[in-house]
Amino acid sequence: MASDTHMGNSPAQRPSGAAAASEFAIELIKINKSFGPVHANKDIDLAIRRGSVHGIVGENGAGKSTLMSILYGFYTADSGEIRVDGTTHAITDSRHALALGIGMVHQHFMLVDNFSILENVVLGVEDNALLGPSLTRARKELVRLAKEYRLDVDPDAIIEDVSVGTQQRVEILKALYRGADVLILDEPTGVLTPSEADDLFRVLKELRDQGKTIILITHKLREIMAITDYVSVMRQGEMVATLKTSETDPGAIAELMVGRRVLLEVDKGPATPGEVFLSVENLVVKDDLGITRVKDVSFTVRSGEIVGIAGVAGNGQSELLESVSGMRDQSSGVVSLKGKPLSLEGDDGAHRAREAGLAHVPEDRQRMGLVTAFEEWENAILGYQDDPAYGKGWILDIDAARAKARERIAQFDIRPANERLKTANFSGGNQQKIVLAREMSSNPDVLIVGQPTRGVDIGAIEFIHNQIIKMRDAGKAILLVSVELDEIRSLADRILVMFDGHIVGEADPATATEGELGLMMAGISEKTAPAPKAAEGKTK
Amino acid sequence: MSALRPLPRWADILLLPIINLVLAFVISGLVVLAIGQNPLAALEAIVGGAFGSGYNFGYTLYYSTNFIFTGLAVAVAAHAGLFNIGGNGQAYIAGLGVILVALPLQFLPWWITFPIAILAGAAVGGFWAFIPGWLQAKRGSHVVITTIMFNFIAAAIMVYMVVNVLKPAGVLAPESAMIDPAGRMPKLGTFIPWFKNTDVNFTLLLALLCLVGVYVLIWHTRFGYTMRALGHNPTATTYAGISNSRTIMIVMTLSGALAGMVAVNQIVGVQYRLVLDYVADAGFVGIAVALMGRNHPIGILFAALLFGALYQGGNELQYVIPGLSKEMVVVIQALVILFTGAMEGMFRPGLQRAFMLLSPAQKAEAEARNTAKSES
Amino acid sequence: MDLALILSTLDATLRLSTPLLLACLAGLYSERAGVFDIGLEGKMLAAAFGAAAVAAVTGNVWLGLLAGIGVSVTTAALQGAAAITLKGNQLIAGVAINMLAAGLTTFLGIQWFAQGGRTPQLTPGGRFQNLTLPFANELSGIPILGPIYADLISGHNLLVYIAFLAVPITWFVLYRTRFGLRLRAVGENPKAVDTAGISVTRLRYQAVLITGLLCGLAGAFFSIAQGSGFGNNMTAGKGFIALAALIFAKWKPVPAMLTCLLFGFLDALQIRLQNTDILGVQIPVQAIQALPYVLTVVLLAGFIGKAVGPKAGGVPYTKER
Repeated sequence: MASDTHMGNSPAQRPSGAAAASEFAIELIKINKSFGPVHANKDIDLAIRRGSVHGIVGENGAGKSTLMSILYGFYTADSGEIRVDGTTHAITDSRHALALGIGMVHQHFMLVDNFSILENVVLGVEDNALLGPSLTRARKELVRLAKEYRLDVDPDAIIEDVSVGTQQRVEILKALYRGADVLILDEPTGVLTPSEADDLFRVLKELRDQGKTIILITHKLREIMAITDYVSVMRQGEMVATLKTSETDPGAIAELMVGRRVLLEVDKGPATPGEVFLSVENLVVKDDLGITRVKDVSFTVRSGEIVGIAGVAGNGQSELLESVSGMRDQSSGVVSLKGKPLSLEGDDGAHRAREAGLAHVPEDRQRMGLVTAFEEWENAILGYQDDPAYGKGWILDIDAARAKARERIAQFDIRPANERLKTANFSGGNQQKIVLAREMSSNPDVLIVGQPTRGVDIGAIEFIHNQIIKMRDAGKAILLVSVELDEIRSLADRILVMFDGHIVGEADPATATEGELGLMMAGISEKTAPAPKAAEGKTK
Repeated sequence: MSALRPLPRWADILLLPIINLVLAFVISGLVVLAIGQNPLAALEAIVGGAFGSGYNFGYTLYYSTNFIFTGLAVAVAAHAGLFNIGGNGQAYIAGLGVILVALPLQFLPWWITFPIAILAGAAVGGFWAFIPGWLQAKRGSHVVITTIMFNFIAAAIMVYMVVNVLKPAGVLAPESAMIDPAGRMPKLGTFIPWFKNTDVNFTLLLALLCLVGVYVLIWHTRFGYTMRALGHNPTATTYAGISNSRTIMIVMTLSGALAGMVAVNQIVGVQYRLVLDYVADAGFVGIAVALMGRNHPIGILFAALLFGALYQGGNELQYVIPGLSKEMVVVIQALVILFTGAMEGMFRPGLQRAFMLLSPAQKAEAEARNTAKSES
Repeated sequence: MDLALILSTLDATLRLSTPLLLACLAGLYSERAGVFDIGLEGKMLAAAFGAAAVAAVTGNVWLGLLAGIGVSVTTAALQGAAAITLKGNQLIAGVAINMLAAGLTTFLGIQWFAQGGRTPQLTPGGRFQNLTLPFANELSGIPILGPIYADLISGHNLLVYIAFLAVPITWFVLYRTRFGLRLRAVGENPKAVDTAGISVTRLRYQAVLITGLLCGLAGAFFSIAQGSGFGNNMTAGKGFIALAALIFAKWKPVPAMLTCLLFGFLDALQIRLQNTDILGVQIPVQAIQALPYVLTVVLLAGFIGKAVGPKAGGVPYTKER
């Protein structure tokens, strides 16, 4: 029986109570980890009680994944101690972690797509050189595990033919087959449908009841409330609190997650919204894997206002941006600019969007907005390379482009002020200014901005914010997407909250509290408790 | 963890290729030594054979002409992130276009035939690369595999065409009819006696023109801009609203058209007829030329001169030192490709470290920059 | 066509398929592990030269075979160093290997043997002789089956049998062993292999060395089995037909055999079709020669089925951070 845990020196399981070392399956003591100047984990202390479901929440970049990767042997901590069952171990690699009974279900599954479930389960833990006996044993074991934890799968099904939910089961089965007693799940529901997620929770509870320890990394409060026994909150690399789930509530956790950060003051007058410049009707967008990410979204942005879309990353904002800007084909829906529907199909859709007067500052400047191997001036014309200002006919007027680039360098205070420097050599903030300068100078009617200050130094943030407001005051319509709630609150004139592909609510930044927004972002509407379905009706 | 700093520009475009070249020479020299010959004597023979007289240099330039075309063909594709390994096939099949206009027009003065032959060669060579480009852009077929296959398909077609269609009745050798002497392009030796009657001809000027043209295309046109952007970051080009599939098809066509100019050099300039296998693997030399020349027209010019000299010198080598054959040049060329193209990782980190050690100022600057960058 | 003609065509098919099959299976190991190999041709050529050179000097076919394999495996290791350890461009590495082999074999051949690049004619002991299978002579009298056994199945050299034996062996290794499972996995998703605690580098080197071994056999077939000595560029692009066959067979061993038989048959056919009319129409031999390449392109383009190679093919594996 798996509940007879093979935990070495551990005595029989005990529920919470006496403070014996073995009460905890995992203890992390004063863990530190830096990547260059980024201090991803600062003096983290964490104890995970055996036989519990322990949630770890925090915003993107709070350091959750780093911490778990240290536990699983992906990274080694710069300092600190890891105790498994009360004994200190220096976990060197994932094999070592597995041997200690720690299994991990990665956010992106580590499965071989054209292998059967059985083959995936035995990969790396085959008994001997011939495959037959291993497969036979694994097949038996799968049947046993399926019965014990109600984890039914068809061992001979091919991974690419089964649902994402089943693939996740295979990852769990892989860990269990390797004898894991502690199971780490990294954002396990990000790729699941609600019913698949419910099923996962049932399995996790089953596993806990059979004595396994579950660590759940998530940023979804609904999940925390639904299945965890304990919850630890991380913020900016630090462990803020560890609470008993039954003794707290989502509002309190949301506050802990977001923290009391210094609000960046933005000097902004009241908005004077004019006519509708951008209108999005019933937009549906799929991602590269064919999963629908934007689900029947409608909204408008008027001239002279900033509409902010708040939400936890991965709830369809990226696909929304890419679709409205013409980079990604939409499945259905209409995007109109000043009342005229745009035709954005095909791989040059972004060109037509720009021609119509829509500029786009992308979320990920290095992947999309810039060719980092290019010199600064070359990036200053990306997307506008066919503009008559940069030459006649086929010829690119380099001098004109460079002159224009120098002009903007001065105007946007881009440093170093050298248009011949390779873009990769600019800092994040200055790279962002290059993109911003380019998109704003095209004098668009609509400006779409994704994560304008991600990875940008403090000094540049204020400048970028002021530029965006200047655009608004010049009568442009601005759609702002950011996972930084502060940013949305201080910049936007209207806030739309996006969750699971829907716009689940609208808020007035002047009156909405962080707690209220946090709840909406977590898919919990103010009135009803954990029922995201109820929120769908709120789509405006 | 201090990341390695990129090399200074001059080291990247000059020092690294030279180190690779020297290494290729040293290893080839060791091979020569191992078989009991004197590598320095071999080198001397090659240099003499390539540059010893106007006659030798004329032949060097003739080879270089071909290599400029194939080197440019590889480079143009490489700028857009494509590896055109089918230069051989494109150069070969372009001969069909060239001979099919050159023969009917053979009684016209050469300066009329020449530009028409250029267009015909470019069209057919370009078409032969367009198909793999189209397959890559629209059907996702890997351009490397399809261009390899197209090399062989071209070879089969050419044998058929020469033997069954172009070969005049009663001629035994598998080759087309000769262009009438009246329509033949004079060789450069006619105007510059120093070159004697070597094979270097006006196509060399075309090659130089292509170098300039490609330079302008890549760095001074809107299209060059989009193809370079595609080569560095296909997501950014989609963001910019540039159609990647269109760029791929145009770039491949251009690349094939450049390779097709080899046919002009060989047929209109040198042989006055279509013979089998006239490309003589110039397409593959183009890979070495482009790698060595860092895909830059100026680099390609020098690399093509180098390989032209090696090929011409290699031809002479076997007469000067019996037992040493021109294939030694192929060995050097293979090693250059191996070191500059596939084993780049061998020297670059070491060189980068050396540079950082040599210059404490640079080191400090690099660290500052790393810090600045990791903010993002 | 009478039985004798059919049998002789099929007999030639088996012979012509052999090097294709060995090279194709060679490529299968490497590409299944995620290392593209367009250097099959070069490894075969190098092996053909090595085998012929040693067999000519020693008069011993086995030493020749060993030398051929040794040369090919060494070349494969060089290619592996570039493609796996140095994370270089696998395609360019292949191009370089092809050129290196073409240049070095001729260069050394001319220098060592002074016969314009050819190696000396091998003595009978220096090359593989055709084997007569048991009872071939006795059974040859039986109608149809007798000649099939005696003329078609019997009477080939050892490497022919090895090549066809390598098909079930490869199938077994690939689908029935731990090594095969890991090999297939590393070409599809090296990260999954890495997180399972298996070394991606080691697996890929193993695959590349097996590729070298099989290319060695293929090269030896040219110079010390089918031929009796090395001639310039004697592999004549067969490495690329093998590559085409590998794609056509969608990287699977049994289809690989069938494809190589088909391509070998086309080759045998075009030799016999020289200057013959079929139903009054003369089919150009070049059309048949080009057919394997055309078929492969059509397949690659997805017009008949779809050839999708191992997902991680061509990409050096780098562990994140």
